[in-house]
Amino acid sequence: MSETLKVPTMAEFLAEGKQPEILFWVGSAGSYDDRAKKITKAFVKILNRAQVDFAVLGSEESSTGDVAKRAGNEFLFQMQAMTNIEMLNAYEVKRIVTCDPHSFNCLKNEYPGLGGHYEVLHHTQFIKELIESGKLSIEGKNYEGKRITFHDPCYLGRANREYNAPREVLQTLNAKLIEMKRSKSRALCCGAGGAQMFKEPEKGDLDINIMRTEDALKVNPDIIATGCPYCNTMMTDGIKNKEKESEIAVMDVAELIASAQNL
Amino acid sequence: MNYLASFIFAVILVAGIGFFVWNIKKLIRNIKLGKEVDANDNKAQRWKNMIRIALGQQKMVVRPVAGFLHIIVYLGFIIINIEVLEIIMDGLFGTHRLFSDFGTVYNVLIGSFEILALLVFVSVIIFWIRRNIKRIQRFIKPEMKGWPKQDGNMILYFEMILMGLFLIMNGADYQLQLMGAEHYVKAGAFPVSQFLEPILSGLSEGTLIIIERTAWWLHIIGILIFLNYLYYSKHLHILLAFPNTYFGKLNEKGQLDNLESVTKEVQLMLDPNADPFAAPQENEEEAAPEKFGASDVLDLNQIQLLNAYTCTECGRCTSECPANQTGKKLSPRKIMMDTRDRLEEVGKNIDANQGEFKDDGKQLLDNYITREEIWACTTCNACVEACPVSIDPLSIIIEMRRYLVMEQSAAPVELNNMMSNIENNGAPWPYNQMDRLNWKDEA
Ligand code: SF4
Ligand code: SF4
Repeated sequence: MSETLKVPTMAEFLAEGKQPEILFWVGSAGSYDDRAKKITKAFVKILNRAQVDFAVLGSEESSTGDVAKRAGNEFLFQMQAMTNIEMLNAYEVKRIVTCDPHSFNCLKNEYPGLGGHYEVLHHTQFIKELIESGKLSIEGKNYEGKRITFHDPCYLGRANREYNAPREVLQTLNAKLIEMKRSKSRALCCGAGGAQMFKEPEKGDLDINIMRTEDALKVNPDIIATGCPYCNTMMTDGIKNKEKESEIAVMDVAELIASAQNL
Repeated sequence: MNYLASFIFAVILVAGIGFFVWNIKKLIRNIKLGKEVDANDNKAQRWKNMIRIALGQQKMVVRPVAGFLHIIVYLGFIIINIEVLEIIMDGLFGTHRLFSDFGTVYNVLIGSFEILALLVFVSVIIFWIRRNIKRIQRFIKPEMKGWPKQDGNMILYFEMILMGLFLIMNGADYQLQLMGAEHYVKAGAFPVSQFLEPILSGLSEGTLIIIERTAWWLHIIGILIFLNYLYYSKHLHILLAFPNTYFGKLNEKGQLDNLESVTKEVQLMLDPNADPFAAPQENEEEAAPEKFGASDVLDLNQIQLLNAYTCTECGRCTSECPANQTGKKLSPRKIMMDTRDRLEEVGKNIDANQGEFKDDGKQLLDNYITREEIWACTTCNACVEACPVSIDPLSIIIEMRRYLVMEQSAAPVELNNMMSNIENNGAPWPYNQMDRLNWKDEA
């Protein structure tokens, strides 16, 4: 934590008349939520280590509007989207990477129809790319032999059929990857999607995140790996509810990679 | 005598098919009550999906036991119905086993029909046990009480009876062939129905003919009744699964459509040159403002309405739904069943009022689907993924949320707070947008 993070902004690049290779879309959770900020920083450490030419929007970034859209507020979504698209196009952004599958899905699938055409990557896809191109090599042995189970985020998995990238990245840790009984296309939601994160659940007999945590507990993991800040919150709450926080860690794929490297 | 039989047969056939066509026309009219959607894109992919998912039953085998049995019943039923062609021709022309001239091929065909009929019969019995004795969870949810439960069983009884009649008919025919009875040409192979011999062999020729003829008539009448039962049943899926998988969603599951009507308004609002106080252009004045989202079936699109008629009520969606599994009221299957029920109600209303829909003070929202259900959805797409016939219950839920939020401002309070945060400071939480990058320097 001692070294300072290098986080240039698009505005700074522009002032120097330069263009970064990639825009890191931090997202609202990644910017403000205490737990998610750690994921953001871990990912930046990876970007710094791999000497990726990237920038963030900083205070120019605004909500993608994804959660408003899923709550039914198409107006607010399109207001956000069109404002964002205007700015992204002005910066001539070509490639975007984000740690939030909801932003990923929204930018990738819903912005093109409103004039925003970019290549959008989830951070696990980008890390995979860095490893494959040799820009990043995993040397640390911190997770060797550990039991890791990956919880598929709905908006990366079912919504965009990306099941492999996070698993391939985790494979580099030399850990023991174990699958929950329901995984990939049949993975159970963590309960946060569709704006549920921002409201109390409807009446029922169990919270969804508890059910999903039970799925994970059944395979006796040391670590539950996530690829979404909201999933991370939900699973962390689930583990706390089961009083297992001293035995089981809930960590984002980016955090695992960064800490394997002792970054 | 023979002419009379042929005549009666023709009348029954025309009536049976005629009534079916009449109902199908009504079904198409009802579907067309929905909004038009453009699905002319990517025809090659659409055909592929139909062949893979409907014809190839690809999604059914995700659950191996049910999937395997379903393929038997599906294949068996389709193939055995080739025999119906012969039955119809025999009925019209007063012939008996018209195709028997094909010799060996005919024997192989009849033989395999018999084996399939037996397999179908057994599978259907297992289905019945799963529904009624094992009481598999997804078949006994609250929305399956009453008619839907009976419907599920009725279909199984129909199939048992039809298969039974087919085998009895063949069994009696075979005995008559052995006796050398007149008209009963030696034709066909009877690997299954020959085992009815102990029951049938002692009977006189007259009795056997009565049995054979009765089974023959009941079989074909049964098929016509079953055909006409489809319109009132979840069994409609045997036909509609084909168009429905053709029109199924091609985009990534995560992609929701962007409402065009909203785009126009937002563009106007964001356009610095637009004068918000300008008087509307004359031609604009005419158009009534479009309703956002859906509160009733008429606000849904034609594919969503086709979805509703196609639903097999199998509950695969509901059993994968995280909200339903944790005891919430939401059940994606119920969303589809409610949509179909309401559409039928609207259709009947139109029939009763000379082709005009008369407001009946009801709508899909609240009278069928409650807000509690709508707000329990996590938009996780598990239901869409699970559906074996490419139905998208989530799209209907989203349309109803759109109506609640944009037309009624009736979102739950917490969501309203979240949305006003986005409006004011570009994040779902009440933080200052200027602080977005603060994390960079925090320890
Ligand atoms: S998208 Fe909604 S209705 Fe469908 S399975 Fe998920 S929570 Fe249930
Ligand atoms: S929507 Fe699909 S999965 Fe759900 S009950 Fe109907 S057919 Fe089955």
